[in-house]
Amino acid sequence: MRELPWPAKAYLVATVATAVVLIARGLVAPGHLDGRDWPTLLVLALLFLVCESVPTLLNVKQAAMSVSFSAALAAVVLLGDVGAALVGATAVLSVRPGLELYKRVFNGAQFALCGYVAGWVFQWLGGSRSVPSVGRFTDLLVPFMGAAAVFVPLNALLFTVMVSLAGRLRLGEVPLRSAAQFLVSYLGYATFGLLIAGLWATVQSISAVLVLLPLFIARWAFGQYLAQQRSYDATIAALCQAVETKDYYTRGHCTRVSSASTMIAQEIGMGPERLRAIGYAGMLHDVGKLGVPTKVLQKDGNLTEEEFAAIQLHPMRGLEIVRGIDFLDEAFAGIMHHHERQDGRGYPMGLAGAEIPEFARIIAVADAFDSMTSDRAYRKAKPIEEALTELRRGSGTQFDPVMVSAFIKALDRRGWDPPGAMPAPPAGEDVDTVAKDHDDPTAPIQVVSER
Amino acid sequence: MSVAARPLHGLYSARLLLICAAGVLTVTGLAHTAAVGLVDAQLAIAFGALVAAGELARLTMPGNREVAPIGAAAALGYTLLLDVGGVPARHSALQVVAVMSAGMMLGALPHLAVGRPPRLDAIARRLLSGALLAFAYRPLAPALYATTGHGEGTWWVVLGVMAVLIAAMLAADVAIAAVLRAEQVRTALRVAIRDELRMAAPLGAAVAASGTLLALASHSMNLAALVVFAAPLLVTQVAFRKYAGIRATYLQTVRALARVTEVGGYVEPGHSRRVSVLALAIGRELGMAEPELLELEYAALMHDIGQLSLRDPIPGGATVLTDPRTARSIAELGAEVIRKTGVLDRVADIVRHQGDPFSGPDTPPLASRIIKAANAYDDLVGGSTDRDRAAAALERLRLDGGGEYDPVVVESMARVVDRLACAVRL
Repeated sequence: MRELPWPAKAYLVATVATAVVLIARGLVAPGHLDGRDWPTLLVLALLFLVCESVPTLLNVKQAAMSVSFSAALAAVVLLGDVGAALVGATAVLSVRPGLELYKRVFNGAQFALCGYVAGWVFQWLGGSRSVPSVGRFTDLLVPFMGAAAVFVPLNALLFTVMVSLAGRLRLGEVPLRSAAQFLVSYLGYATFGLLIAGLWATVQSISAVLVLLPLFIARWAFGQYLAQQRSYDATIAALCQAVETKDYYTRGHCTRVSSASTMIAQEIGMGPERLRAIGYAGMLHDVGKLGVPTKVLQKDGNLTEEEFAAIQLHPMRGLEIVRGIDFLDEAFAGIMHHHERQDGRGYPMGLAGAEIPEFARIIAVADAFDSMTSDRAYRKAKPIEEALTELRRGSGTQFDPVMVSAFIKALDRRGWDPPGAMPAPPAGEDVDTVAKDHDDPTAPIQVVSER
Repeated sequence: MSVAARPLHGLYSARLLLICAAGVLTVTGLAHTAAVGLVDAQLAIAFGALVAAGELARLTMPGNREVAPIGAAAALGYTLLLDVGGVPARHSALQVVAVMSAGMMLGALPHLAVGRPPRLDAIARRLLSGALLAFAYRPLAPALYATTGHGEGTWWVVLGVMAVLIAAMLAADVAIAAVLRAEQVRTALRVAIRDELRMAAPLGAAVAASGTLLALASHSMNLAALVVFAAPLLVTQVAFRKYAGIRATYLQTVRALARVTEVGGYVEPGHSRRVSVLALAIGRELGMAEPELLELEYAALMHDIGQLSLRDPIPGGATVLTDPRTARSIAELGAEVIRKTGVLDRVADIVRHQGDPFSGPDTPPLASRIIKAANAYDDLVGGSTDRDRAAAALERLRLDGGGEYDPVVVESMARVVDRLACAVRL
């Protein structure tokens, strides 16, 4: 509370005051709630509280979305404006861990406001406040949709104003896609509110259980999914690092290429599924390197054609290893072709320009950049600026200019954390220090013809 | 193993019995309905369409379990239906069976067209458990509807009966699934029941709630609400699909990346995969539950990952012949790699103890003992299917003087190897 700027405090007080006045007025004035409504109110309030205390985290990280909408909107139908406001106000009592008091008070107030306004809209559109009787269900639809259409945006508005006044929101950072997703799922939850209200006449509170049980189970399954996802990401990173441990200087290369590739992909506006796929492709792009004999990698000086062929094989080897995994096909293409060049002189296929898959063009840039900004046995890491100059120089011949400029833009915005200086390998540790790096565009591998 | 064992599936008796029962039911239901005509045709078509949609959207849960939650809920809703907007529903149990089987067949067609036939035992089980409930509930329907005062009074009695019968049906479903499972993967029935219960409980509860919802919704609203009322379950299905997807990818990834040791020339080609298949079979034989089996499989796949930290591959990669000090350091290094994930601590533990002798000061975990034996067996036999070689390897493990291997594990392995050899021969 103390760290809030004063406009936010004023806004908080105003919201709470409005909610209190509206509820108090409604309770005093006759005709809003009568004695028969109290049991329903109690059940819905309890339900709202339970839902509010276990929010479902769906996709949007900043805003905890919660099934409680369904309960609030059911209250709009069953109890009217004041009842809905009261149900919303119980958010104050929510026991979500780590939620400060002032946030809970604000939540309660804003839910109360939303409930009140939605209830008012519902009645204005001709909905009558009562338990909808069997057969009159269709009369309910229009007023209910009106109420939901007001509740959801109003809630979002009140919340957004608070967050921006508290200075925690930069508007550019809220992606439009997730905002839209957010609204759609809120409207979905609104439908569930309608179901609860529609069934209330038949089985009362059991209707809420029947509607919400699948949702809670979905929430549980989604939690399991997220946990598995995190576990999976950690596992794939650890395994890729294990592949790298042998080569002292390239440790951490896979995770950095993964994050640089993701940065480029974000910059050119890829959707979430493709973003995840390119993250994995970047992570796995060099797993095939293990198939290259160590003596080739450690050899000083020029390579024979045969030895160079062994290096050129590593993207195919990598593909062979990961082919059994259910990734997007693009990810496989990215691994397979990450050493192709725009001018067609890359390997393994010698594709040129637009023939090269998009993922591969992205990984190529990220790969070369990380190689240049990391220490190698034969040279120190280059500063970021110098590496970018190299990328620009190779733009159009080796790299796709679109990806290079996207990467430079992303770096400007978010910066880059280079691996830092690697100390010379400790004498006791049994590691390889490779004499050449096939990813380094500034030190191309020299091949001599055997004839 | 799975490829070789597949022709055998047809011989499993419980599975065959189930499929036959479902076939007879389908034929009877369809014939009966054709003879007496479709009662409340509109209703039947609406629910049948929902069953078909659910079948179309079926998903495969971890452990290769095929489920169709939306279809199951639609079948449940149709079974439990008492009235639509105050008009009593009069369809018989056999008509329920006919609608279910027609819907399922219709929904399975597009899958068939793209070459993904449904698992016969799974679809038969779905039909059979739905039919069981229909035969128990439909005869009671008119009496139950009367207790509600023809829709005007309370519904508590109806809700109670529904709850009891649904619970009984779910129990029967789990029992059938467990019998099939036990037969198919050769595990103890007790373990299979526990596994099936763990898998079925969340989805089963969601399906039960949604099915009841569908039946009640048709009372207070009209059929248009049918689709809307399947919505909560749709959310559930999406969540479970994502979960099943990541579980499958996870396993595929570990399987794939375990192969880097082969590509790097550290171990014989196919070694990790063979050890994991053998270890899993032994683990099942010894009654391990599914979560433990998953850990065992991960550990078996990654047991040689520590070799990646070695400077040069051990010739042939045969860790049974390496000196104990190197073997221990491989185990330690591998455990360290796995521990870095921060989530697979138990797997790391299994890998750490994979080389420990059985009769050492601390008995290693069962999973480690299994991997030790399976690894040694594969080092000695490799991909060969020569029976003499297998027998010689088993003999050598049995006779080891130093108490290296757990005799129980070795005996179980002998049975498993014998079975696999028979399966290959057939």
